Amino acid sequence: MNSPYTVAFDGFADPGTSLLGGKCAALAAMTRAGVRVPPGFAVTTDAFAAQLDRGGLRRAVDGALAGLTAEPGAAAARGAEIRGLVGGRPVHPSVASAVTAAYGKLCRAAGGSPDTPVAVRSSAELEDLPEASFAGQYDTFLWIRGADAVLDAVRRCWASLWTDRAIAYRAARGLPGRGLRMAVGVQQMVDARTSGAAATVNPADGDPSKVMVEAVWGLGQLMVSGQVTPDTYLVDKVLLTTVRTTVSTKHRELVPASDGQGLVQRPVEESRRRTSCLAPREVVEIARLAKTAERHFGFPQDIEWAVDRQRGAAAGSAATPVLLQSRPETVWSRRPRPPARTGHGAGAASIADTLLGPGAEGITS
Amino acid sequence: MTAAPRTAFPSPYEQPAPSGAAGWEELYPYHLLFQPWRRAADEERFWFCDSQHWPTVVKPFEAAVVELVFKSLGQFNTRHFVVPSAYGIAARIHQGYVYLSPVEVPQSRVPARVPQFLQRAGYYYANWDRLLENWKGKVRGVIGELESISFTEPPEVQPYEEIEAGVGLDAADALLGGYDRLLALCHRAWQYHFEFLNLGYAAYLDFFHFCKQRFPGIPDQGVAAMVTGAEMELFRPDDELRKLAKLAVALGADRALTAPDPGEHTLTAVGREPRGRDWLDAWDDARDPWFNFTSGNGLYSGDRYWRDTPSLPLGYIRDYILRLRRGENIDRPLAELLAERERITGEYTALLDPPERADFAAKLDLARQVYPYVENHNFHIEHWAMGVFWRKSRELSALLHRAGFWPGANDMFHLTRDEVRAALFDYASGWAIGVEPAGPGRWPAEVERRRRIVAALARQRPEPALNKPPADVTEPFSVMLWGITGERIRSWLDAPGHGGDLTGMAASPGVVEGTARVIGSPDELDLVAEGDILVAPVTAPSWAPVFGRIRATVTDIGGVMSHAAIVCREYRLPAVTGTGSASTRIRTGQRIRVDGTSGTVTVLD
Repeated sequence: MNSPYTVAFDGFADPGTSLLGGKCAALAAMTRAGVRVPPGFAVTTDAFAAQLDRGGLRRAVDGALAGLTAEPGAAAARGAEIRGLVGGRPVHPSVASAVTAAYGKLCRAAGGSPDTPVAVRSSAELEDLPEASFAGQYDTFLWIRGADAVLDAVRRCWASLWTDRAIAYRAARGLPGRGLRMAVGVQQMVDARTSGAAATVNPADGDPSKVMVEAVWGLGQLMVSGQVTPDTYLVDKVLLTTVRTTVSTKHRELVPASDGQGLVQRPVEESRRRTSCLAPREVVEIARLAKTAERHFGFPQDIEWAVDRQRGAAAGSAATPVLLQSRPETVWSRRPRPPARTGHGAGAASIADTLLGPGAEGITS
Repeated sequence: MTAAPRTAFPSPYEQPAPSGAAGWEELYPYHLLFQPWRRAADEERFWFCDSQHWPTVVKPFEAAVVELVFKSLGQFNTRHFVVPSAYGIAARIHQGYVYLSPVEVPQSRVPARVPQFLQRAGYYYANWDRLLENWKGKVRGVIGELESISFTEPPEVQPYEEIEAGVGLDAADALLGGYDRLLALCHRAWQYHFEFLNLGYAAYLDFFHFCKQRFPGIPDQGVAAMVTGAEMELFRPDDELRKLAKLAVALGADRALTAPDPGEHTLTAVGREPRGRDWLDAWDDARDPWFNFTSGNGLYSGDRYWRDTPSLPLGYIRDYILRLRRGENIDRPLAELLAERERITGEYTALLDPPERADFAAKLDLARQVYPYVENHNFHIEHWAMGVFWRKSRELSALLHRAGFWPGANDMFHLTRDEVRAALFDYASGWAIGVEPAGPGRWPAEVERRRRIVAALARQRPEPALNKPPADVTEPFSVMLWGITGERIRSWLDAPGHGGDLTGMAASPGVVEGTARVIGSPDELDLVAEGDILVAPVTAPSWAPVFGRIRATVTDIGGVMSHAAIVCREYRLPAVTGTGSASTRIRTGQRIRVDGTSGTVTVLD
């Protein structure tokens, strides 16, 4: 039985977004739907509430926010103050023991090491909305090992609710600055040979019949931050066949340090730089994963995924990608598409329009 | 050092004839050649090699079919249906190979053609099924008339009854009339061939174009998959073989049918089995019309038809029986194909905005209505009518061979159709007068000379195209039917080297590795072994039974609507078509990887 402060992704019930935040709710839903998601748990919004309710923290935060305007300088000063308040407090003892227990369970399931590396990600209640992605607004901490480090990262995620850019983002969109709730996801880290993103519409033209897969060597952060240009693969969503592959030069990759402590950026050796970092079958599997997520949520999705180094290494065979997160696509899904430049209906008139090309309607009608 | 990529293909006017082929121009009608007096106009145009339909050197008599095909194709665009933007396709024979160039309608004439097209094409689409039923009757009529022609030795004297009846015409008149009818009926067959085909492709193109607009980059095979039907007359001959294989097993008559080297004697052996008679009855039922089926494509005199060469269907039946004995299911997965078609259609439909779905459905419905013709006409014309045409032509060749005109029974095909008419007149007139014909003195040496020229031409693969290519190819039929795109032309222009991947059209999805078997003509089909990857300049639908043995197909030319592509999708085999040069760059025995999903072929050795 889960305590109200942590909920495992593979729990049976559907606790919903208000308890898990957007990111964790999606991961729990995908796990329940049978999609391969690395195991993990959410530190719930109730845990966040318990932390704020203890020792007058909430009042202090609200006080700091009072009368805040959208002015950039103002946001910076208040943000620093609030982050100090939230990040400085030790984690509520009940929350800390629940998180420690859930992490211990995750470590045992992962093979027994007491400090299995995990990713600790913010999962705000108001994020990943179709209207606003909040992409990159809140913090993520990778390759966190040991219960104490996990608790520290959870606290820093909470504090990131008030990063300068998050305050400004909310203010610019007229979203409320108070009464916010944030859950935190703790997910077993994948030692990724390759990772990346996939969108269930072609970002170039909004074509909903394509999945665009982007991939880099190692973990995906260098791609997200724009330091490495990814390989791109355009996949037909219905046939699940790759219609265009663009291999770019990938100079750097982010991988676990050889001593297992943290992550390091290193140069990619010459022989791999201009090599596609996915096998053709892996591209299709990633597209299938994205398509499954879109089907499940009934809305275009942006996903993040990874291919495990160990599994992928087996005899050079294609590995099964895992889903790291799924969120609604926010750009094209809100725009109407321009109409097709073909004749209406079928038959001779439509064919004449098609043969004569754009602008022929005047001749044939 | 690698050669710099070319920017243009050679001009036909500057291409030296292959050694030993001097004088090749005399083998073809003057109007099919790149002639010096129209050099400026012919060099202005871009020509691509139609090795999809004519993969090997055309013999002089076979050029008659080339003429009739493009004359007939053109008339329906230009004169019957008044297609606004496209006249027909100009054809040339150059160093033995066929080159094509679509002809555009001058802009100024387009507007006046539109209302006529709407009225005429509109009528055909609206009355498609009725007109097509009528078409079948017309084609049966042509085939019946072709069957009635015969070429046999004239009698010593005209029968006495004709004297009493006052006929006044002789056997020479019948021979010459028979030859004229043979060609006239072939001309009719090709007109009927195109009567529905251009409109069928146009309706398909409209749907194709809509899909390409709405789902940019949708693989051609995805569009085709939504339209292709499962019940096709074109697949019926192969289905008959499967039925006969199963029947043989059920009747216990399969032992005689699995002996090595099947042929006419196999049928005698089956007749001796206790219930063999029942099987032979079924064989006879299937034979007409379904074994009027060529192992080629109906365009060559050397095509072998199942009906005339029982070793072909018997060999395939033997394969099927052996597979049945191994416990394999030899049925085509019809239900799965249809289910997949509906899944694909449903998913693409769901991706459209609701207001567009009606247009999509209307175009799809029409494409599906016309599509069976696009495939099935092949059976009626290329297989059935042309099968009879070639049989009768061989009969005439054999008659003149017996009269000493040429050394081999089929050597007549080294003469043009007009030369054959002259030779036949020579023969008939000699008979009528009572003198020796002149032909046996003229033709044997000439036929030998031409045989050497054809062999010399065949030693050189054709250039994939001629002259300067356009920046991009927009003519929709070239793109859809021949797979001629700007990208394809650029890959042809790259100096062909060794190693590296070949790219072509992703015609049927899937990836396999295996041993290549390069096949230049249908005669070599027997060489294809279980598990081979078939590599050929082009394939014909009638090769279908070998598709049960192979793992994938690679062709030099052909789009996603080419026959190889359609049959491979039907058999669920990966296929890459339109590689330009796979059959010359890949050698039998090499290990290759065929990726029919991305359209690449990799030589692994």
